[in-house]
Amino acid sequence: MQFPILSLIVFAPLVVAVIMLAMKPTAKNEIRVTALAAAVFDLALSGWMYYQVYIHPSLEYQFIEKYDWLPALGISLHFGVDGMSAPLVLLTGIVMFTGVLISWGIDDRPREFFAFLFLLAGGVFGVFVSLDLFMLFFFYEIAVFPMYLLIAIWGWKVTREYAAMKLTLYLFIGSVFSLIGALAMYFVNGQMTGVYTFDMLLLEKAGFSAAFQGLWFLPTFMGFAILGGIFPFHNWSPDGHVAAPTAVSMFHAGVLMKLGAFAALRVGIMLLPEGAKQWGWLIFSLAMVNVVYGAFIAMIQTDMKYVIGFSSVSHMGLVALGFSTLTREGMLGAGVQMFSHGIMTALFFASVGMVYDRAHTRQIPELGGMVKPLPWVAIAFIIGSLVSMGMPGFSGFIAEFPIFMGVWQIKGWAAILASISIVITAAYVLLVVRRAFFGELPQQFEHHISPITALDKIAIITLCTLMVVIGVAPWVMTPMVSTGVENILRILGGA
Amino acid sequence: MSLNFLAILPEILILIVAILILILDPFWKDESRRTNLGWLTAGGLAAALILSLLIGRPSDPTFAWGGMVRFDWLAFAFKMAFLFASAITALFFMDAERLGNRAEAYLLLLAATIGMNLMAAASDLVMLYLAIETTSIPMYVLAGFMLDDNKSTEAGFKYMLFGAATSAIFLYGLSLVYGFSGTTHLETMRSYFTTLNPISVGVLFLLIVGLGFKVSLVPFHFWAPDTYEGAPTSVAGLLSTASKAAGMAVLIRLFITAFPQVHGNWQLILAILAALSMTLGNLVALTQKNLKRLLAYSSIAHAGYALVGVVAANQLGLEGIVYYLIAYILTNLAAFGVIAAFGRVTGTDEIRAFDGMSRRAPSLALVMLVAFLSLAGMPPFGGFIAKVLVFAAAIQAGWIWLVVVGVINSVVGVYYYLTVMKYVYLYRLEGENEEALPIPVTRPQLIALVVLTVGIVLAGTVFGPWFSLSTKAALSLFF
Repeated sequence: MQFPILSLIVFAPLVVAVIMLAMKPTAKNEIRVTALAAAVFDLALSGWMYYQVYIHPSLEYQFIEKYDWLPALGISLHFGVDGMSAPLVLLTGIVMFTGVLISWGIDDRPREFFAFLFLLAGGVFGVFVSLDLFMLFFFYEIAVFPMYLLIAIWGWKVTREYAAMKLTLYLFIGSVFSLIGALAMYFVNGQMTGVYTFDMLLLEKAGFSAAFQGLWFLPTFMGFAILGGIFPFHNWSPDGHVAAPTAVSMFHAGVLMKLGAFAALRVGIMLLPEGAKQWGWLIFSLAMVNVVYGAFIAMIQTDMKYVIGFSSVSHMGLVALGFSTLTREGMLGAGVQMFSHGIMTALFFASVGMVYDRAHTRQIPELGGMVKPLPWVAIAFIIGSLVSMGMPGFSGFIAEFPIFMGVWQIKGWAAILASISIVITAAYVLLVVRRAFFGELPQQFEHHISPITALDKIAIITLCTLMVVIGVAPWVMTPMVSTGVENILRILGGA
Repeated sequence: MSLNFLAILPEILILIVAILILILDPFWKDESRRTNLGWLTAGGLAAALILSLLIGRPSDPTFAWGGMVRFDWLAFAFKMAFLFASAITALFFMDAERLGNRAEAYLLLLAATIGMNLMAAASDLVMLYLAIETTSIPMYVLAGFMLDDNKSTEAGFKYMLFGAATSAIFLYGLSLVYGFSGTTHLETMRSYFTTLNPISVGVLFLLIVGLGFKVSLVPFHFWAPDTYEGAPTSVAGLLSTASKAAGMAVLIRLFITAFPQVHGNWQLILAILAALSMTLGNLVALTQKNLKRLLAYSSIAHAGYALVGVVAANQLGLEGIVYYLIAYILTNLAAFGVIAAFGRVTGTDEIRAFDGMSRRAPSLALVMLVAFLSLAGMPPFGGFIAKVLVFAAAIQAGWIWLVVVGVINSVVGVYYYLTVMKYVYLYRLEGENEEALPIPVTRPQLIALVVLTVGIVLAGTVFGPWFSLSTKAALSLFF
């Protein structure tokens, strides 16, 4: 029996959350230190796991752990990572670590804040490594409900109640429809083979009929894709980003939306490949709308967080677009994009949060000249912008280029249409950079903007470094992701 | 010990506790009476629970006392749940004003528990009816226990009037069953009801009226909100959990044992009632201002969810319903326990009064969060697994439309449960320093709430043991 690293990664945050809830609410610093220690621990473990997967590339799942949980119903605690999920586990570790650093200053009930944040993180890790359909749902729901509390309690006062409830209801509706699809798979597979199991590795081999897959693909895929921000169910996402406190925005855009895309891939496409082929055109069209429409809406926003929020809708559209091509290049790009976009939005939201905490406004017309008091934040934001517009040398390019290659293979004109979004993205992010960070510093902000803390700096340096590293040395990630893609293509070809 | 006595071991033990209370009560004075009574009842019930678990477990289903009761895992699982619920309720009684220091309250509680236990085991119409009345009459009195409180009196009276009316209808149904089949024994009467005919539909409907009242299904639910609101909170907690589960146990046993061959009839009737209960319960809960009324409507909706498992009528459905009721007993007792602890200090259970509660009592707020999320069906709490099991069973049995109704309803549920949590966690008490207004939790409440919270989390994470209990209970019906 090898070292149970994946269980540790998943359960450490959950256990720490319970420990924190048992601590005294007034011991605020002890709680923060506990949180940071746990985050570092999880980051180290996930980094080590990533390195191991990197040096031992394989088409199979690695670090497999399997414990019977409820054998009577075929539920097991079955963990494993492949080239697709390993980067996402690392991403979660990074966002968790930087999120704790950024949230150091939270003074209102930090005990509950960090506990809920860690419950969320544990759920996210669980979804990324689960190879059991039931457990995947279990962790998926655990990842959803703390969002409500985190946004409603610590969020932006103006819209938090509305946004938190909207988000929760959208995600809950999506997940229950996926759950019905999953149960249908469970029973049909059981009737065909006589073995009732939620094990996804077995369900992959079930060979559901084309009619069954055509019927259930849409509810299953779309139920998860709601969390991935797919049009026309993307509406909860910008509202949620805007209302959430900084660390939660980072988690939400950086990790949670990937959760939706990843679960849609793993359950929708990998378990129902025939359905994916039948409905690919629809997902493709919806994702095209996401990419272009999201970018246009982002351009007319005046609130910095809404700009980033709609840019997430647009960029996550690229992920769905990559998946829907069902080609090697498209999926590879989508896999890298999930990681790259996660780091990028985390950085964006961290910078916007730092500006907002000091200027108390996110309205672009009211800001200006922030580069003088906050040079670090300005640099970080500019790097994020370069990634976001797909500049070569940064991770965004490594991700987006293959996606467009994949789209070209499906429809040449669609690639041209989608690439318009790059131009628009460049327009709106550079507009924000120019208006908010350069120009005159408004009178009322003179001498009122305090510099950022050392912890904030560590967080943004970590995030910036990663984006540049992947940009100049793509071989640290792309070979790994392509093994994951091969695995998916094997299923698609064999169905 | 002979099988006959083993079959009613829990009831005998409860009776011993009751006799002890009767003997000892006159010797206790004032404050010591309250604590002694409570600890004796709760401890006695806990001891009965452990003793029954150790030596009173059933093996193959057998009949005892001339076929009056069936000694099987279904009855046993429910009996253990009732003993547990009553022990917890006794702990909550101790801090209830003008209730906790009265021996009558504890005696009525014990009497009702005996009745519920027998409801779960009864396999003869005579026993069944007696058990139901043994449960109901103490419950009427408990609901109306606060004689100088108009609302409590109203609660008890309303409950009794509805109870008496539906009980009469139920009895009429039983008499027809006996008249047509010539037997009062559940197992032997199944050979009579073999074909679909208007008579069996009529009889089934009369029986459903009686049981629908016990489990508060729409349209027999009108008593529930008023009774829950007026009754002492700890009594309302018992009414909404154990009493409802007992009704459900009878429902399962009656329909699966006595009418298996006409299931086409009752499945459709029950499916419609389940859909109505879920929908109406959840929609009306949306508009409630009083937390106990809200929980009353939510409990109507939960009766609907649980009923989905009966409608499915397959093994998974029965496992699901047993699991559902275990999880629901834990969850709702915790919810009512928090309200009782809160109401003892603040004297109100309006939802608005919960503003700033998470600052006044962080731990109590946390228990409430766990309970409400479990009610909403979120993992890692018991409510999630329970809901998935009953819905899965319905999918397996092909009741897709019912599952869709249920799923949409649970979304509505999420909305109002989270809305309540908004008051607890988000809103502030206007112009007050909340930290200066703590809500102390007494020792019995603390014990009860900790046990319940741990139970809710265990039911939602380590589901193996609970599920195997449910499986044993479900399988015992099919022999």
